[in-house]
Amino acid sequence: MNGKNIATVYGKELRDSLRDRRTLLSMIIIPLLVVPVLVYAVSRIGSRAYASAREEIPVVMLLGGADSPRTVAALRQSPRFRIVSEAAGYRQLISDKKIRAAVQIPPGFDAGLGAGAARPVVILHYQGELKSGFAVGEIEAFFRDVREKAVTASLAAHGLPASLVTPFAVQRENVAPPEKVGGNAIGGLVPYLIIMLCFTGAVYPAIDLTAGEKERGTMETLLCSPVARVDIVLGKFFTVLTSSLCAIGLSLLSMALTMALAGAGIGATVRGALPPLDPLGLAGVLAMVLPVAVLFSALLLTIALCAKSSKEAQTYLTPLAFVVLLPVAVGLLPGIELNSRLALVPILNLSLVCKEMLSGVWHWNYIALIFGSTCAYAGVALALAVRMFNREDVLFRS
Amino acid sequence: MIEARSLTKTFRDKKRGEIRAVEDLSFRVEPGRIYGLLGANGAGKTTALRLLATLLQPTSGTATVAGFDVVAEPARVRANVGFLATSTALYGRLTARETIAYFGRLNGLPDAEIAARIQRLADELDLHEFLDRRCEKFSTGMKQKTSIARTLIHDPAVMIFDEPTLGLDVMAARSVVRFVRECRARGKTVIYSTHVMSEVEKLCDTIGIIHGGRLLAEDTLAGLRARTGEQDMEEIFVRIAGTEAVA
Repeated sequence: MNGKNIATVYGKELRDSLRDRRTLLSMIIIPLLVVPVLVYAVSRIGSRAYASAREEIPVVMLLGGADSPRTVAALRQSPRFRIVSEAAGYRQLISDKKIRAAVQIPPGFDAGLGAGAARPVVILHYQGELKSGFAVGEIEAFFRDVREKAVTASLAAHGLPASLVTPFAVQRENVAPPEKVGGNAIGGLVPYLIIMLCFTGAVYPAIDLTAGEKERGTMETLLCSPVARVDIVLGKFFTVLTSSLCAIGLSLLSMALTMALAGAGIGATVRGALPPLDPLGLAGVLAMVLPVAVLFSALLLTIALCAKSSKEAQTYLTPLAFVVLLPVAVGLLPGIELNSRLALVPILNLSLVCKEMLSGVWHWNYIALIFGSTCAYAGVALALAVRMFNREDVLFRS
Repeated sequence: MIEARSLTKTFRDKKRGEIRAVEDLSFRVEPGRIYGLLGANGAGKTTALRLLATLLQPTSGTATVAGFDVVAEPARVRANVGFLATSTALYGRLTARETIAYFGRLNGLPDAEIAARIQRLADELDLHEFLDRRCEKFSTGMKQKTSIARTLIHDPAVMIFDEPTLGLDVMAARSVVRFVRECRARGKTVIYSTHVMSEVEKLCDTIGIIHGGRLLAEDTLAGLRARTGEQDMEEIFVRIAGTEAVA
């Protein structure tokens, strides 16, 4: 192994890559833009959609209630929703979003209310549909008022105070700092984003420096030089790693800038979408992602080298993206906790430990196990890349 | 000098089984001489030259190139070889100067020496006009000149040419042929593979006819003419390799 030769190959590959628009896109442009664009788009579109749904006065169909004129009159007078009379096929109308909900007043409701023995009111709705959900909330709030008034009237009739039904109040108080609250809220998403960018940052250069070179005929030119193949593969590997780390670094930088702008009040809607994160937690994520970047770079280089063209390499690497994202997605599921067995599962372990670190939880034994095991996997992947680079059937596949 | 001794290379193919691309190939090329390796497509020329350039390892047999063994000292062999083939392309996103300098560095030359050699090569090959332009925009002729400069930057004792005129227009092909002659004039050992008969007649001091991975005949042009009783190189080749070789 010759450091000078590795540096020569690395320097050339880096210069070559930086002149390639597609590499620049995956290495610099996407990581810089993805966080702010994603956050601003989600927060703006989300807040607009929510506000528009909130502003709408839901149309609610009244079912029954012929013998409960008081309740029906109060429902019709309520500004919270617009009551329409009963029509056939109301279930379908709700499913078709023509009306948001329907409320069924049981027979003898007014009479039963006075006696404290009214039968239940049934609300028919479209579960999971935002506007139907708002309608349900408004109807429930209406009937809560009706119930409270009935209870208060009943207590007053017996000479008892209204506070008898609520002798005390319960209040919540948050003690966690905003960074930890933010870590808990989006702690799973940050590693997801970083692992994804770490992977995509390495994909294009890995293809370009191996299958791309074979396709263009420059691989054979390079192999004619007296430089050892291990030096060539390491020079290429460091270029792919640089691209991957650059993608991570820039995405973190852009995340920090987005948070700073949101903190400064620029783009107020963003604040809810990107709460502040613990800088120590972010530094921990960065440290833990380093061996994963090595693993990705070596693995991608090895797989892409087996292809004889860029197109073939893309065919191999596209399914790998799903293989990578699957453990990350599993890590996002609620109830999946880090343990010594999961700490050995590559990528999933990173996803879980990063979520913990961003929430302010530092399990040093797991952190050491994950860092060590990922370094070992990365070492094996790198050794495999060097081995493949020495195989004639891989280099001269036709 | 190049000396191949019973060079053999076999490949394994899933469908076709074991393929003997080069079989028991032995020949010798002295400095200041051009050895022409003549054969049809798939005859084993490229494999033979890749073995000499240490891009491939022989299955059996060996060769010495510029005094170094291709199996035991591959890096030293490559340091003394300039390899030019249709499959050795240029980096499109680098300029001609950057490309040549890169190979100078890979060959261990100091920067000052590289700069001086690039200047000299640019003078000799008339590269000045496009020396600082990216190779992706080059014409075929410009690419070929840059490739030649790339092979010469470390001043190798041995030059290996694998069908260097394939796909070139007449002018570019002529400049390559002129360059090969200059290599001989400078005392370099040259091996030149082609399936173009006229190039062999023009250039080569010794001709080896290869078919099915085996060297079927080796002689000077005059010797081959005398042996076959034919004057035309194409007829000589057909006589030796058989009609199947050119079919």
